[in-house]
Amino acid sequence: MTDKLTRKNIVVGLSLLALALLPAIAEASGHTFLVFSFSRVLIYALAAISLDLILGYGGMVSFGHAAFFGVGAYVTGILAFHSFDGSTIFGMEGSNFAPFAWVASVILAAVAALVIGFFSLRTGGVYFIMITLAFAQMLFFFFISLEQYGGDDGLVLYDRNEFFGFDMHDDVTFYYICFVALIGFLFLCRQVVNSRFGMVIRGCKQNERRMAALGYPVMQYKLVAFIIAGAGAGLAGALMVNQNEFVSPDILHWSKSGEIMVMVILGGIGTLYGPVFGAVAFLMMEEFLPQGLEAIGLDGMKEHWRFIFGPLLIIIVLYARRGIYGILVGKEAEDG
Amino acid sequence: MILFLEQMLNGLQLGVTLFLLAGGLTLIFGIMGVINLAHGSLYMIGAYVAATVSMASGSFFLGLLAALAAAAIVGMVMEFLVMRKLYARDHLDQVLATFGLILFFNEATVMIWGRNPVAMDVPEMLQGLVEIIPGVPYPVFRLVVLAVGLLVAVSLYFLISKTRIGMLIRAGATHREMVGALGVDIRLLYTLVFGFGALLAGLAGVMAGPTSSIEAGMGESILILTFVVIVIGGIGSIRGALVGAIFVGLVDTLGRAFLPNMLKLFLPPAQADGIGAGVSSMAIYLLMALVLIWRPKGLFPAHD
Repeated sequence: MTDKLTRKNIVVGLSLLALALLPAIAEASGHTFLVFSFSRVLIYALAAISLDLILGYGGMVSFGHAAFFGVGAYVTGILAFHSFDGSTIFGMEGSNFAPFAWVASVILAAVAALVIGFFSLRTGGVYFIMITLAFAQMLFFFFISLEQYGGDDGLVLYDRNEFFGFDMHDDVTFYYICFVALIGFLFLCRQVVNSRFGMVIRGCKQNERRMAALGYPVMQYKLVAFIIAGAGAGLAGALMVNQNEFVSPDILHWSKSGEIMVMVILGGIGTLYGPVFGAVAFLMMEEFLPQGLEAIGLDGMKEHWRFIFGPLLIIIVLYARRGIYGILVGKEAEDG
Repeated sequence: MILFLEQMLNGLQLGVTLFLLAGGLTLIFGIMGVINLAHGSLYMIGAYVAATVSMASGSFFLGLLAALAAAAIVGMVMEFLVMRKLYARDHLDQVLATFGLILFFNEATVMIWGRNPVAMDVPEMLQGLVEIIPGVPYPVFRLVVLAVGLLVAVSLYFLISKTRIGMLIRAGATHREMVGALGVDIRLLYTLVFGFGALLAGLAGVMAGPTSSIEAGMGESILILTFVVIVIGGIGSIRGALVGAIFVGLVDTLGRAFLPNMLKLFLPPAQADGIGAGVSSMAIYLLMALVLIWRPKGLFPAHD
């Protein structure tokens, strides 16, 4: 990003500033519950950006991204469980120490991405969609079968992780931890996307054969991108389990993968900041669409907001392909 | 041994149900190049309509007819309103738009029928048991499902490979413009194929109705199994869909039935049950991974 005052820099700058100041704005306007809601937004934004890295830049339509989100959440959740319980897992003690648990989440999500990516990337097109979905479903059943960790019902955390001296239960503190994680990952992705590695990935999207002919080991490049994406979603999962103090197999249900994908498209696919806008739009819609329906006298429709949202999504896909970020920023949106 | 035979038949029954879904889905994909996540919704519609109409009228046959008609009509309307615009789009748009359709159909189902599962009785004349071999009783209804499924599979094969309409379908899959240039109304052909695929999905829903729980979202769990079938069989291939469906049906059913007991030979019973249930749910996905290592395009790839 240069220092020029372009439309893009203004939009991105103002939006990030708004997110940075959100707790203060919420406090001032008396809507303090927004801080909690927006921590969730930031976490989903992190997951959506990680998906966009492979989906938007790499052209890999992964329909199983919630799997890595879920692995990240469960690793942190399980470590916390053993830490409280005093029992061991694979001869190792549990841990409630955030840096350790979150790094473990990231690493194991990355390993899951390595394995799933290794098999899935052998194929392409519609096979890839179906296979990533199927693998995510496999992990879904795997976590259901873990009866020690609640199986179907999920695992309730006794406490949020400990993070040095920070008060993790304070909504504002937790919000800023999520914010820093998001900004950090955004920065990483910007470096990745604009690097030589990123160029190869973007080249693969346009013409994989040509990249292969140029001598790039295409498969390995794509796999590395897939792993980075999985790791990012893993971090988001670790944050999510802290936010909710709960994790259940629902977090890697196939519809979660669909929702994260919707956020990417809604915000603007193949852009760094788009998914953030998408996460804000999607989750705020989820929160306020029911109320909106009630406000216009459709009380009965309140819990059936998906009935409205489904067709809305189809219309967005068919007619508004650039996403919110694309509309706000215009042509510069795809500069990375 | 007797238990094994019963479970084999159950597995085959799941297999033919999966085939009805996979056959339609793979046909639609092979011809129109579109991935339809909402295919499971048509299955769900079939089950709900059959349950409601057969309960209200007391006639299973009427329920069956209504379900087939409903699924086919909804399918064709869906094609006309949404899918038609997606043929030229990339897979991502297709996934998202049909994801939107799923949300719509599931929520509509909840609004009409509520969140509790709906029950559907086995038709009266198909109730009861029959001895498949002396001393082994087996539900008549399940045998009929199996027979219908196999019959449809065979007819579908003949329809695609031996009839004029089948020829057009195959030609439309590979040489779309050419078939259009020869004076065939491609758009109409597409709508009809889509409606036909929807009808098969509806039939699968009716046949699964009495033996499974009819609830919103039932379409998606079976849709994902159907994807596994198609990935194993090879996209666009009816033969692949049949082989894959039988394969998946057997592995899934036999795994669930026998894996926990087999594990009890090595593990304490409680643990064996838990792990067995988990591993058997995952078995078909592992199978899929193995097939992919061996044949990345499935067992019977239709096009290269």
